[in-house]
Amino acid sequence: MIYALCLVLVGIGLYGVLAKKNVVKIVIGLMIMEYGIHLLLILIGYRRNGAFPIMQPGQDPGAYASVAVDPLPQALVLTSIVISLGVLALLVALCLRLYEKYGTFDISEMRRLRG
Amino acid sequence: MIVELTAGLILLMIAGALVAIETRNLLSAVVSVGAVGYLLSVAFLFLGAPDIAITQIVVEILCLVILIRATISRDLTSISGDRELIGLLASLALLLVVTVVVILTAAYFPEFGAAVMDRVAGAPSRTYLLDGLEKTGAANSVTAVLLDFRAYDTLGEATVLFCSILGALTVLRRRARKKPEEDA
Repeated sequence: MIYALCLVLVGIGLYGVLAKKNVVKIVIGLMIMEYGIHLLLILIGYRRNGAFPIMQPGQDPGAYASVAVDPLPQALVLTSIVISLGVLALLVALCLRLYEKYGTFDISEMRRLRG
Repeated sequence: MIVELTAGLILLMIAGALVAIETRNLLSAVVSVGAVGYLLSVAFLFLGAPDIAITQIVVEILCLVILIRATISRDLTSISGDRELIGLLASLALLLVVTVVVILTAAYFPEFGAAVMDRVAGAPSRTYLLDGLEKTGAANSVTAVLLDFRAYDTLGEATVLFCSILGALTVLRRRARKKPEEDA
């Protein structure tokens, strides 16, 4: 049920990527898709009434392992967030270059200028 | 309790995402997507992921700086309308396909709140939690996974980041390098 809300977020991003004409809107749609996917992964790793995965001083490892949430999706989502920043920088650089060349962010204009 | 809270946050995020996609002013779209990102970091805090929440805030600030740099003082007049009919139909068909696939795979999602490591015997996450302190000396299991158990992933992440920044710099370079014959 709560996963469905996440997937709605991904769907909104996909709609933005597929149906919008503005290049910056397409980039924004990609960002929204990334947000939805990250949240979905963290939700899958969540444990009911779970604690954050940092061991307290003097805590027994067995007891800790039975309350902490899953650290593996968190580590991979951390990687993914940083990579999405790099991808965004590259995309925005491409957008700026397209604007320099064509004077607009509209992708249909770009198609008309160059066959 | 946490389910309702997270669901409310996701609903707010959906509202922000709709505004970001549909608004006509590019700068307001960028600000809306920033709001979605900050709501996401609050959701991470409630879901027991403080490391992710901090990273999300930092990355969100950088994203906003980059996007505002791209949109400000440029073409803020709206580009109205959607794509041509064929493209729109193709994208709607693709959306439909994705929706069908999601509905088909929905049955395989675990129940919310039941962690995967509780159901799968020998899940690696259990090892990370049980032996993390002893093997790596890190009390924080996320950093133990990130920098010790799966350090190659982090190395790959750094490589990808470096390559993308290099690509962005190359694309944004003002002048192309001179050709040899032009030097003479």
